[in-house]
Amino acid sequence: MNALDQVFVNLQGWLVGLAPAGLRALAAMVLIIAGLMAVFGSCFALTTVMERKALGRMQNRYGPNRVGPCGLFQPLADAVKMLIKEDVVPFSADRVVHFLAPLVLTVPIWLAFSLLPFGRNMTAVNLDAGVLVFFAIGSASELAVFMAGWSSQNKYSLIGAMRAIAQMISYEVPLVLSVVPVVMLAGALSLEQIVQAQAGYAFGFLPRWNVLTPWGMVGLGLFLTAATAESNRSPFDLPEGESEIIAGYLTEYSGFKYALFFLGEYLGLFAITGLAVTLFLGGWQAPLPWLAWLPSWFWFALKFAALMAVFIWVRGALPRLRLDQRLNFSWKFLVPLALVNILAAALWHLSRQWNPIFAAAGARWLLGLAIIFPTYVWLGRTVNPLFVPVREYSYAE
Amino acid sequence: MLGVGIIRGLIETGRNFAGSYVRSERLTTVQYPEARLAPLENARTIPFLVYDGEDPVQGLRCTACTICEQECPARCIHIVKDTAKKPDYVGKMQLQPAVFDIDISVCMGCGICVEVCPFDSIQMDLVFNLTATDRFAALLLHKERLAKSNAYFNQIHPKKSSGIDAHRAEEKSKAEAKARAAAAATTAKPPPTSAATCGAGK
Repeated sequence: MNALDQVFVNLQGWLVGLAPAGLRALAAMVLIIAGLMAVFGSCFALTTVMERKALGRMQNRYGPNRVGPCGLFQPLADAVKMLIKEDVVPFSADRVVHFLAPLVLTVPIWLAFSLLPFGRNMTAVNLDAGVLVFFAIGSASELAVFMAGWSSQNKYSLIGAMRAIAQMISYEVPLVLSVVPVVMLAGALSLEQIVQAQAGYAFGFLPRWNVLTPWGMVGLGLFLTAATAESNRSPFDLPEGESEIIAGYLTEYSGFKYALFFLGEYLGLFAITGLAVTLFLGGWQAPLPWLAWLPSWFWFALKFAALMAVFIWVRGALPRLRLDQRLNFSWKFLVPLALVNILAAALWHLSRQWNPIFAAAGARWLLGLAIIFPTYVWLGRTVNPLFVPVREYSYAE
Repeated sequence: MLGVGIIRGLIETGRNFAGSYVRSERLTTVQYPEARLAPLENARTIPFLVYDGEDPVQGLRCTACTICEQECPARCIHIVKDTAKKPDYVGKMQLQPAVFDIDISVCMGCGICVEVCPFDSIQMDLVFNLTATDRFAALLLHKERLAKSNAYFNQIHPKKSSGIDAHRAEEKSKAEAKARAAAAATTAKPPPTSAATCGAGK
């Protein structure tokens, strides 16, 4: 078990041992970087084709199924197409900023992967303030998107960039607020320690993951909703709303730069999915104690794939929101619910020390639900104008 | 309650996804070049000219009356009448086209030429892969390429062509009966040369 679990760690150690003594520190870094880029680069290629196939099935059609077996080589065809396309820069564009924007989007995202614990002893950089650094890195994409929209000298690009900024700033708030209970309960900002805090099993079989608490369940929902908006995915893909503003801030991009934007968006989604797995789904912990013989990185990959499937499923099911609906949803629904969720998490934490009868898991669960559920229903009914009662028409039949 | 509609939508797409692997009505795509849908009776693309029998020149139904040329809203038909005549299916001598061109880059497939043709000569085809590397000459179809047999017409529009065939057979038998009556009335006379050409017509 241990050998399989630590296979990548040992492989890296062995490869570093081959390097001359003076270069070992550098070799260790290069190996980690190469590994992360290879894994998540191929993950990107695989996700694009699997997403298209899954969306196709949801819409009663085959997805791409022509290139290679079952269409699995479609990413190669896409890559060739992207690379040989002409790279058009508008005449009046700010050429330097236009060139830098896709790089600014794509490069910092790679940093985020260094913070995630992919398995036991498999964190590249274990920072004490890992969560904070992650969100700091994630907010770089806002700059990149606005650079792209501004430098293109195109009204659609600018509108798309403004929409993106409004969306990302609005949804950054519930995103971070939904993480606060996790940090509160774990007592640490380090992702490694947050995973360790979710170790162990209640009653011998129920994992102590955050998602299996009332605040964690709501927290994961809030986090995934906000993450969808942060990564500009449907139903929050207004910045690129094709039917309204062509392609938003991507309008003036073509060829490889466009591909880089695409890559950056998917990498951002991967990073935030990995963070969701770490924060709420117990990271690399096995779901049942007798399944712990499977390697830790396998469990991380499985949870990661499951959450990606949820993202694809949601994309296949929901239509795009309107601009005002989107902002109302964030400020009038997600943010208050996230604040109430923090309260519920605090009560969950405090009720552990109340009298032993009350501290039984069921009663604490009910207390959490009693706080969150009425808030959810009330916010959903009254605050969001999406859900006003049906209008009555005086003169209609 | 908020979220119920979302869950309903997720269930529907989930059913589509899972059902596409087991039920054909959840995966309706026909994989085109390998598999094709059967053509519909009333489908149409561009016109073609019908000929009877084996010879596309002798059997051509077109009499170069130019009604289609005049009625075509896109003006994509060009006809030049031939000076020589040939007998039609009932044996009557008719004109024939020396040139019959359809510019398919202009044709919009409206089917008005088919509606106005008194000889059931021009009909709508089902061909659709008509790409060419030349924009002009390759898209101007001449008589030779437009002429297609009645058997082909029977194959692509079976209902319409069988009606036309029945009508034409009736006309032909009427004309033959008339010719026989005329022949019986003038039985004393030797058979005229025109009657001989009549028989050779069809």
